[in-house]
Amino acid sequence: MSEYAIEMLHITKRFPGIIANDDVTLQLRKGEIHALLGENGAGKSTLMSVLFGLYQAEEGEIRKDGKVVHITSPNVANDLGIGMVHQHFKLVECFTVLDNIILGVETTKGPFLEKTEARKKVMALSEKYGLQVDPDAKIEDITVGMQQRTEILKMLYRDNEILIFDEPTAVLTPQEIEELMVIMKNLAAEGKSILFISHKLNEILEVSDRCTVLRKGKYIGTVDTKDSTAESLSAMMVGRSVNFHVEKQPCHPGDTVLSVRNMSVASKAHKKMAVNNVSLDVRAGEIVCIAGIDGNGQTEFVYGLSGLEPLASGTIMLNGKDITRSSIRQKSIGGMSHIPEDRHKHGLVLDYSLEDNIILQNYFEPRFTKHGFLQRRAIREYAEKLIEQYDVRSGQGPITAARAMSGGNQQKAIVAREIDRGPELLIAVQPTRGLDVGAIEYIHKQIVAQRDAGKAVLLVSLELDEVMDVSDRILVMYEGEIVGEFDPKTTTVEELGLYMAGAKRATEESDLYLAGAKRKEM
Amino acid sequence: MQGKENKKTSFFSIPWVQTITASLICILLGLLIGFIALLIINPENAWDGIVTVLKNFWNYKQATKQVKYFGQTLVKMVPLLMCSLSVLFAYKVGLFNIGVAGQYVIGAGASLYCALGLGMPWWVCLMAAMVFGAVWGAIPGILKAYRNVNEVISGIMLNWIGLYLINTILTQVKNPTGKDTFTVASKNPSALIPSLGLGSLFNNEKTVTIAIPLAIIIAVAVWVLLSKTRLGYELKATGLNKNAAMYCGMREKFNIILTTAIAGALAALGAAMLFLTDSMQWECTQSSVPAMGFNGIAAAFLGGLNPIGTIFSAYFIQHITEGGAQLTKLGYFSQISDFISSFIIYLCAFVLFFRGIMNRKPGDRAGRSKKGGKKA
Repeated sequence: MSEYAIEMLHITKRFPGIIANDDVTLQLRKGEIHALLGENGAGKSTLMSVLFGLYQAEEGEIRKDGKVVHITSPNVANDLGIGMVHQHFKLVECFTVLDNIILGVETTKGPFLEKTEARKKVMALSEKYGLQVDPDAKIEDITVGMQQRTEILKMLYRDNEILIFDEPTAVLTPQEIEELMVIMKNLAAEGKSILFISHKLNEILEVSDRCTVLRKGKYIGTVDTKDSTAESLSAMMVGRSVNFHVEKQPCHPGDTVLSVRNMSVASKAHKKMAVNNVSLDVRAGEIVCIAGIDGNGQTEFVYGLSGLEPLASGTIMLNGKDITRSSIRQKSIGGMSHIPEDRHKHGLVLDYSLEDNIILQNYFEPRFTKHGFLQRRAIREYAEKLIEQYDVRSGQGPITAARAMSGGNQQKAIVAREIDRGPELLIAVQPTRGLDVGAIEYIHKQIVAQRDAGKAVLLVSLELDEVMDVSDRILVMYEGEIVGEFDPKTTTVEELGLYMAGAKRATEESDLYLAGAKRKEM
Repeated sequence: MQGKENKKTSFFSIPWVQTITASLICILLGLLIGFIALLIINPENAWDGIVTVLKNFWNYKQATKQVKYFGQTLVKMVPLLMCSLSVLFAYKVGLFNIGVAGQYVIGAGASLYCALGLGMPWWVCLMAAMVFGAVWGAIPGILKAYRNVNEVISGIMLNWIGLYLINTILTQVKNPTGKDTFTVASKNPSALIPSLGLGSLFNNEKTVTIAIPLAIIIAVAVWVLLSKTRLGYELKATGLNKNAAMYCGMREKFNIILTTAIAGALAALGAAMLFLTDSMQWECTQSSVPAMGFNGIAAAFLGGLNPIGTIFSAYFIQHITEGGAQLTKLGYFSQISDFISSFIIYLCAFVLFFRGIMNRKPGDRAGRSKKGGKKA
């Protein structure tokens, strides 16, 4: 018997125009957690698709237990005991947990479903690996963490020995991530072999035994995680050393650019206000960060600010002008730029080309539109300028469909578009979500550069590292209210965590809002 | 026809080649099924039958008659082209304009009532059709924009409301001797669309008017509007991603309503361009929505959802419809022509399906690989 559960040897997979995998080798030992690390577009998904039978490699071979196998379809992969938890779950929303687990391998008695045995097996598995689920709850009613546990149980129910986790932590809260790490370790201890796809270095360091790194489709190497550091792994991943700490000069705030007073926004989910009586100021040359756990009103606050949702009450001033009732277009022309939270929902028209997306906020300006006709040449020149300046990579340059670009480059295109308009106020909502370290570093640099150029920046982030590193001033939002204001130089992550979880809140009026007025006295 | 399909695979990756090839496959399959149907009914005349359908006006021996019937085919192509432009325009903005049939009916009603009832000149009648068509078309748009009502449901309902409304109104200008409205020539010749000598090119066929070149100009204008202008950029963005359109400050509700209004105006204008030639009269007792609108949907898809492509697809569909009408001479019952042309039209809707198959061929997976492979 081979020491490897699965081996992918010298895999090469080409697509028109690119080599997605170029002589990649991946050897998964039995009972180990093996991380697969790479930037967006490095070829991780392609490699997994080859393993899963979705693509056929042009060169190389796959071995299971030392024997060559030909995985021609996902069914073959299933028969070989290979299971995968996809980044976006494949669950039937209106079915129960149990129904989802047995879906496709249902046991029947005559024409009827026979679920008693299945239930026993699911409960036994759930017990054994510490995967708490309610078998009778509907998927649409349970948390993302429990949905993921359902996916894991689906693999275990099919007696899969090789488990692939595709960026499993991207959708989880910190607590759920902790739980998942424990579950993965349990699974490995029980003899399952795990492939863990991620670009979050701290998770890889914590949970995996070995790590294989890909870069631009090429195999860079496999290392023992215990001999590695975040710096060494990221250097392998991006091909140069990455600066985790954001370099920035002390902040010299100027006049107040954005001034929000008593803003409330109604919630769509419940009867209470999603944003409740929020007041804040952002001054020129400073980065103010709204920190908080997801779902505490940050999204609605930005919607209200940008005009995507109507305000229930309150006023917004931009550079001394009341823009409370201005349209989105008027705000945009008036100097408000907005890097939206959801780049697919708001940020891009995915079926438009890259150049058409780059002019999304200024297509109506005379340089791009004359007498109602688009000026294609000017648009192309402008797009090419931004693509070069902001290093947006794509298959066919300006005419690439936005849909065909990697997430990091889509985000870079949005950042380029919003920053190049020369805004007075830049609103950036989770600008680095789902991006790899190289792209994160780049986007942080751009945001700091805006601040240094004297612009006001309002950053909304769920990542505490980002909050602490990038911002000049931190406001914590909890249940739609600002519950505290902090200086990143003097506060700690733990302190912020207490406020974010609602365990503490500032009580004095001056701590809560009108922070600008308070600072003037200093 | 077949020549294009034998070219090499690399050639197939060009989108417009795929569209044309898929359209040709649909046509061939439709003709094949029609041929089989003819074989089953009357094997002796089947080959002659299918040739008759394809020859249409060439079935006539004298050149003068050929030209005349070619002219008539073109006259009836005009409303079909306008309906398919209406469908594809809405489709590009993410709306499925199944209400095109109702808008066509409104256009017929408005133009005929202005011509016969109010004695207006032809250009006023055309304008009236456009205005009422736009208003009629805007109703599903308004419902969609403000109340998120599915435009297919509201469109189908409005088709029937429109039909009976127009039947009622046009009964006032009905010829008492039959079910049809008066001819325009008999009541108000000034409402006939001028020929400007075009008729003389078609052996003095009276129904050939400037409506034919006008429709082609409008097709080109729709293409320019969609692909070259700021408005087209805005409308398509709204259709592809309403949220992004809102985010960047486009008036996405207004855009949806504007789109349906333009689509309605196009279909209604098409109807006016047919009825104001006296090519046919409105039957005031008809109890089914005219097929012209629905055929417009097929023509739009057969034309690859391209305004220029629809000029050809609309002509082709009208060509085989007219050709099919002559099948009775070969001893087939008259419905068989509708049967064959509807099969071809039915298969037209499969153009996108065949394009999908072509994209799935090995060695031509660029589209899929970009979606699936480059994400890693």
